[in-house]
Amino acid sequence: MSENLLEVKNLTTAFKIGGEYFPAVDDVSLNIKPNEVLALVGESGSGKSATAFSLMGLHTKARMEGEVNFLGRNLLKLNEGKMNKIRGGDMAMIFQDPMTALNPLMKVKQQIIETLKIHNTKPKNERESYAIELLDRVGIPRPKRVGEAYPHELSGGMRQRVVIAIAIANRPKMLIADEPTTALDVTIQAQILDLIRELQEELNSGVLLITHDLGVVAEMADRVAVMYAGQIVEVAPARELFKNPQHPYTKSLLNSLPTEDMLGKKLHVIQGVVPALDKMDRTGCRFAPRIPWVPASEHEYNPQLREIAPGHHVRCTCYKNFSLEDAGETYVDIDEHEYEMATRGGNV
Amino acid sequence: MLKFTIRRLLITFPQLVILSILVFFLGSLMPGDALSGLLDPNIPAEAIQAKREELGLDNPWYIQYRDWIFAMFQGDFGTSIFHQRPVMDVIGDRLMNTVWLSLFSTILIYLIGLPLGLVSGRYNDSLLDNTITGYTYLGFATPQFIFGLVILWLFGYNLGWFPTGGSVGPGLEPGSIDYILSKINHLVLPSFAIALIGLVGTVQYLRSGIIETKQKDFIILARAKGVKESSVYNRHIFRNSILPIAAFFGYEIVALLGGSIFIEMIYSYPGMGRLFLDSISTRDFSVANVLILFYGILAILGALLSDIILSIVDPRIRIK
Repeated sequence: MSENLLEVKNLTTAFKIGGEYFPAVDDVSLNIKPNEVLALVGESGSGKSATAFSLMGLHTKARMEGEVNFLGRNLLKLNEGKMNKIRGGDMAMIFQDPMTALNPLMKVKQQIIETLKIHNTKPKNERESYAIELLDRVGIPRPKRVGEAYPHELSGGMRQRVVIAIAIANRPKMLIADEPTTALDVTIQAQILDLIRELQEELNSGVLLITHDLGVVAEMADRVAVMYAGQIVEVAPARELFKNPQHPYTKSLLNSLPTEDMLGKKLHVIQGVVPALDKMDRTGCRFAPRIPWVPASEHEYNPQLREIAPGHHVRCTCYKNFSLEDAGETYVDIDEHEYEMATRGGNV
Repeated sequence: MLKFTIRRLLITFPQLVILSILVFFLGSLMPGDALSGLLDPNIPAEAIQAKREELGLDNPWYIQYRDWIFAMFQGDFGTSIFHQRPVMDVIGDRLMNTVWLSLFSTILIYLIGLPLGLVSGRYNDSLLDNTITGYTYLGFATPQFIFGLVILWLFGYNLGWFPTGGSVGPGLEPGSIDYILSKINHLVLPSFAIALIGLVGTVQYLRSGIIETKQKDFIILARAKGVKESSVYNRHIFRNSILPIAAFFGYEIVALLGGSIFIEMIYSYPGMGRLFLDSISTRDFSVANVLILFYGILAILGALLSDIILSIVDPRIRIK
């Protein structure tokens, strides 16, 4: 037995597009220890959520290869019945959009009781009071009354607290948070993050935090994995990654984050978008098209993750001589309004 | 819940009053009255005028309207000129036949339609779904009177499994087992003719509802809780998908209670639809008027029923 709580080995999740399978998660390997927060960052379409859904077995029409070892079992090999015992039990998930994540036709307490019932956590006559207790635990005022309410009667922040209450109901050892604050107001974001942090420490659980918000990463993560086009391009302890980013993608991400002292100056933007699944060159460095000034000789054929310092892995050789200074005109003017917009979402 | 129902009921009353006034005016707008056509032309005009005054036909409209409403509240709906019987008697027989027919058709529609829609939506784009969807398109495109005729020809005429017309066999004692069995036997063909065509809308609504619902976030969350796939469908997806069907339930019932004119004609089934058609073609306005009012009331009650059902299923529309 390793000390890892979760070990993902060479996970590949492919989706069918026009009769052919294209991997959205491509040979991803990760480890998470108990009580550790691993952040998975990347822009939209990089495969973060697809990875999370793969771990939970929530893809209904995907082809998955590799191993997801959790508590001594490979989850990819489990049948639906056994997987249902893990989902919502030892491994639970917090979703992105609380406005749509709750069943509109069920009372809040029923939605919590349902998961208690499935995993047989409490005897029947204690489930209701425990559900109310959970609502209280996630910081909902007047939990008894909220338990009787329907989701549409609650605000976004309250709903996210309910989603969290459902996730922690069975004291999971592993918590997957898929952009838990993206859909919330800034003031609520901090409260929700604090709550997740608190619960994680209380339950001593490992957390996979998926986000594109580097502010959230800085606040929460012990380690960070940067994902691009289905692959992990850099993994490092959080402090190390912010202080000493290596991969061109990581550098670009950090550099395109607006900060206060940049007001009135120019903000870096990464050219282009993440390539579509079926229109991706899978042999070379996947980030190459977005740093066109880097000569092809700098890249590696079929680039691999290599450990360049203890715990710090980087993919491809193009990071060695990479400098954003060479990029030329990839900056936009930033005025006060845009600064506000950019920092409010905290988006990369 | 109770509050919502009471409020919703209160809105219904002004609707009913306005409807009755409209129907009354439509009736009085028609040329002539009960004394203009059916009388011997040799009767002196003064006598007719005296009779008019006696019957209150010269009174202003609001007095006439009041008398009409009061009479109806006392159960007096007038007399059918064509049948020479009280209107209520004429309608009463037909109403029971139509109630049975619509009850059977409704049960069949949901008994067959809901499972088809459920399967079709759950396994969408499979061979099974394509077959069911193909059937619904065929159903949409087939006029009910053609389908009714085909069924009649096949099962009634060629195979002889079921009677081809009427609502009950002759010479049976009302209330006896044979009488009831004969009634049911007469109902089979017309109710299947209505249901097999009528269910296509239900199937399509449920199918698209399920396809839409099953990719919603709260369904993914239900799976992430560890809910079994069968429960995901039965508890979470199904209830969220039947909202449009629940919304139409009241109207559907009303449409069926109004009687299916084509089916009743084809199967010579003595129901409301045929009565309405007959009463217009024979200018039997005392029957037609009551029927129009009856249909209006049904429509209002149907909307009420739909709202109440919807508020039971969907907490979001309950009025606080």
